[in-house]
Amino acid sequence: MAEDMLIIKDLKKYFPTEKKDLYVRAVDSINLTIKKGEVVGLVGESGSGKSTTAYMVMGSYAPTSGKIIFNGQDISIPAKKRPLTIKKNIQIVFQDPGTSLNPQRTVGQILGLPLRVHHIVPNKDMNDRIIKLLDMVGLSEDYMYKYPRTLGGGERQLVAIARALATDPSLLVLDEPTSALDVSVQAKIINTLMNLQKQLGMSYLFITHDMSLMRNIADRIAIMYLGKIVEIAAATDFFQRPLHPYTQMLLSSIPVVLKAEQELKPKRIRSQGEIPSPVNIPSGCRFHTRCPQAGEYCMKEEPSMVEVFNQHFVSCHLYKK
Amino acid sequence: MISIKTKKTNKKWAAKLDGLCRSWYKFSRNKLSVFGLIIVLTVIFIALFADKIAPFPEHAGAFVDLGNAGRPPGEGYLFGTDQYGRDILSRIFFSFRGAIIMGIGVLAVAVPVGVFLGLIAGYFQGSLIEPLIMRTVDIFLALPPLVLALAVSAVLRPTLFNSMMAVSFAWWAWYTRLSYGMASSIRNEFYIQSAELIGASRLHILLREILPNCLGPIFTKMTLDMGWVILIGASLSFVGMGEQPPKPALGTMVADGAKYIPHMWWLAVFPALAIMIIVLGFNLLGDGIRDMLSTEEV
Amino acid sequence: MSTPSILNIQDLHVWFRVYGGVMKVLDGVDFEVNHGEKVGLVGESGCGKTTTMKSILRILPRQAIIPKGKIIFQGHEVLTMKWRELQELRGQKISMIFQDPTAALNPVFTIGEQIKDTIKYSGIAEKDTETIKNIAIKALRDCAMPDPERIMKNYPFQLSGGMRQRVCIAMALATASNLLIADEPTTNLDVTIQDQVLNLIRTLVQEKGTSLILITHSLGVAREMTDRIYVMYAGRIVEMASTQEIFEKPYHPYTRGLLNSIPKLTGEGMMVGIPGHLPNYLNPPSGCRFHPRCDDAMPECRIKKPPFIEVNNGHKVACFLYKG
Repeated sequence: MAEDMLIIKDLKKYFPTEKKDLYVRAVDSINLTIKKGEVVGLVGESGSGKSTTAYMVMGSYAPTSGKIIFNGQDISIPAKKRPLTIKKNIQIVFQDPGTSLNPQRTVGQILGLPLRVHHIVPNKDMNDRIIKLLDMVGLSEDYMYKYPRTLGGGERQLVAIARALATDPSLLVLDEPTSALDVSVQAKIINTLMNLQKQLGMSYLFITHDMSLMRNIADRIAIMYLGKIVEIAAATDFFQRPLHPYTQMLLSSIPVVLKAEQELKPKRIRSQGEIPSPVNIPSGCRFHTRCPQAGEYCMKEEPSMVEVFNQHFVSCHLYKK
Repeated sequence: MISIKTKKTNKKWAAKLDGLCRSWYKFSRNKLSVFGLIIVLTVIFIALFADKIAPFPEHAGAFVDLGNAGRPPGEGYLFGTDQYGRDILSRIFFSFRGAIIMGIGVLAVAVPVGVFLGLIAGYFQGSLIEPLIMRTVDIFLALPPLVLALAVSAVLRPTLFNSMMAVSFAWWAWYTRLSYGMASSIRNEFYIQSAELIGASRLHILLREILPNCLGPIFTKMTLDMGWVILIGASLSFVGMGEQPPKPALGTMVADGAKYIPHMWWLAVFPALAIMIIVLGFNLLGDGIRDMLSTEEV
Repeated sequence: MSTPSILNIQDLHVWFRVYGGVMKVLDGVDFEVNHGEKVGLVGESGCGKTTTMKSILRILPRQAIIPKGKIIFQGHEVLTMKWRELQELRGQKISMIFQDPTAALNPVFTIGEQIKDTIKYSGIAEKDTETIKNIAIKALRDCAMPDPERIMKNYPFQLSGGMRQRVCIAMALATASNLLIADEPTTNLDVTIQDQVLNLIRTLVQEKGTSLILITHSLGVAREMTDRIYVMYAGRIVEMASTQEIFEKPYHPYTRGLLNSIPKLTGEGMMVGIPGHLPNYLNPPSGCRFHPRCDDAMPECRIKKPPFIEVNNGHKVACFLYKG
């Protein structure tokens, strides 16, 4: 069994609001581990806290409480205070390549920055290294002098991936890296990412709202709803028997193209209601306001994570030991 | 080896050239901007070569030819002569020098200082330095620049250099506010976050990542401000606090000529028109530069 | 007997004057919508879907020129319409739902004011306040909005994204229009909310007998919503068939590529994708615009533009692989 690379323990992030005792409970006590070389999908709708989790792992925000442990080292501190070796080992690819590349810098300059900051190669080998990075993501060396605005969305994202790879990280956080792209381009980006993952043995924390995509690439999938993880399982197991009513609602809402997919979807559960505000989180199970199977008990007590099948955890009162 | 290198440089230049062509297209779409550019280039050309193209270069100093005093515009003296018989046109040409030096001098001091302070205040939001810089800016912005410059000029000896210092003293705060606003929005962009996560130094982020993205509005404002600074310079010399006679200054010429209105109207009207045209030229050019540097795709 | 069409676009060309020349964006688009039919227009970003729809309403930007083509709506040529007729067309006959409901609603007016104005200027009702208010409330209630009276007093920022899109739908359908154009109506919404909004559009369109053009990049959404699908690539329609047929027997290599690119819930096979990218409209490829990315390209494809012909019963395709 591979060792745990990243351990997230009881992680919380509360943002203060204008009112004194009221907080936006963006992430409300989650636990998650990522093993070496593993691809973990963190799936949820907007407002579920998946991006906040990613930003805490990267260090953009400091957690309110809880711990993030990376290779045995506590990194639940803001990025500014993190040692360079940690920054080198955790890199990110943002959602929109249009805003994650500085429009005033050439691709060569963008890729050169991490190399220079971490002294990856001596200055005289800089160009060769940049060309090698471009080659890794399937771009020719002509791209060096181009500005991001002259590139297509897919090419920009490849540059962003190359930048993340420049420091040879062991964990890559991918924040919806393809949701701003077209499907025909998405395929290329995903294939590049997955090939690199296998080649370099990186771990991925893949933040997304796209369940079908996760089906294809993730080893394990965690579903987040309103700041909490409600279900975690291995990808294969997950789609065979989705347990949580929210997971089932999500799956049945996905528009699909194949008949076979249609049959795989849980029997139609009409999606109802909207995700409540993370400031006023419902009592008990936070999904009870939208849950077709909610009982009175669900409003009172918050369910805890139980292992229903081997390594398949769910937090729902329907599945009691 | 060499051929590879030249190939690369060629590509680099080709990309630059394409960028230039694109910029010119954006700029020249508005014909008024081109008109502004022509005015500004003409003014600069005249200022540079005033001693070559002025009909009477010697009239730019202490020169008296009472025989030709007060001639109306006409042959020989296109814009007429003043009360000492000096050619108005030649004096206007030479006064462009002071005007341009004034504009460039003020901006050369005010812009770097103002922009740097603004970038620092914008990037280090939430730290102690931000309110320190920005409240100082508020104080300076509350004072009208002309009044502030008048006060400073009155304390110091009235020379061109001192009036430049005085106007710069009043001017930097506008650039601080402009770059502060831009830096505080740009710092939230993902590319800045990305540079921070990579571990880039603060100086790198300020000067290499944020600054280039602020340059568009800064250049636009600089061009527009050239006109304004020249106008203020003229106002200062109008009240006798700029370039000292006998050296020609547009403001002084208007002030002196005003005494002879209406019968020797050309003494004041032509320098005044010159001021107007310079300010107009820089304003139109500024609009063009704004169009050119906008991120809008064409 | 063929059903009379409500909208018929023939050989539409739209060009844009830009830096460096003319972008030939639409290059001969043929498009037809029958009465009460739900038609999907599917393609990736930049393929000209939105340009097509904007030309129907004549809301193209100033740089656009239409050198050739016909747009016939209910027997009238749209391209030569006078301002007054156009206003009538936009106000009463064709409604549009945009991708971004935040940008489509004015932030400084309440929902009530905006929806009432829409009804007032469409001229469908007498201009008395009470009637208009009732129509507005009914429209909101039809869109499954809880407590319409309260919503009417809200400002757009007080509503969630899904609610705002519902308001837009209510506004679009309150004016009893004949044709609803929905331009990526759910792209900015979460899947569970997307599901709700799509259901709502489907139910309302069916109830009112409105024809629907659904513009989307998602084949899945198109499959759930439409009767017939047009697939567009680089300013041309490449394939048209009934929804069922297009998913069972896709002909055009682009359609097939698109279907293969989509990650499937079944997890079968890694996604393939289509090599290359959308061509530059300033200098589009000769012949078939898809040939540089096509695995099946033949010499012929480089030279001639493939005609859009019927290959199978009601199944049209523009590709030299298929001869009528």
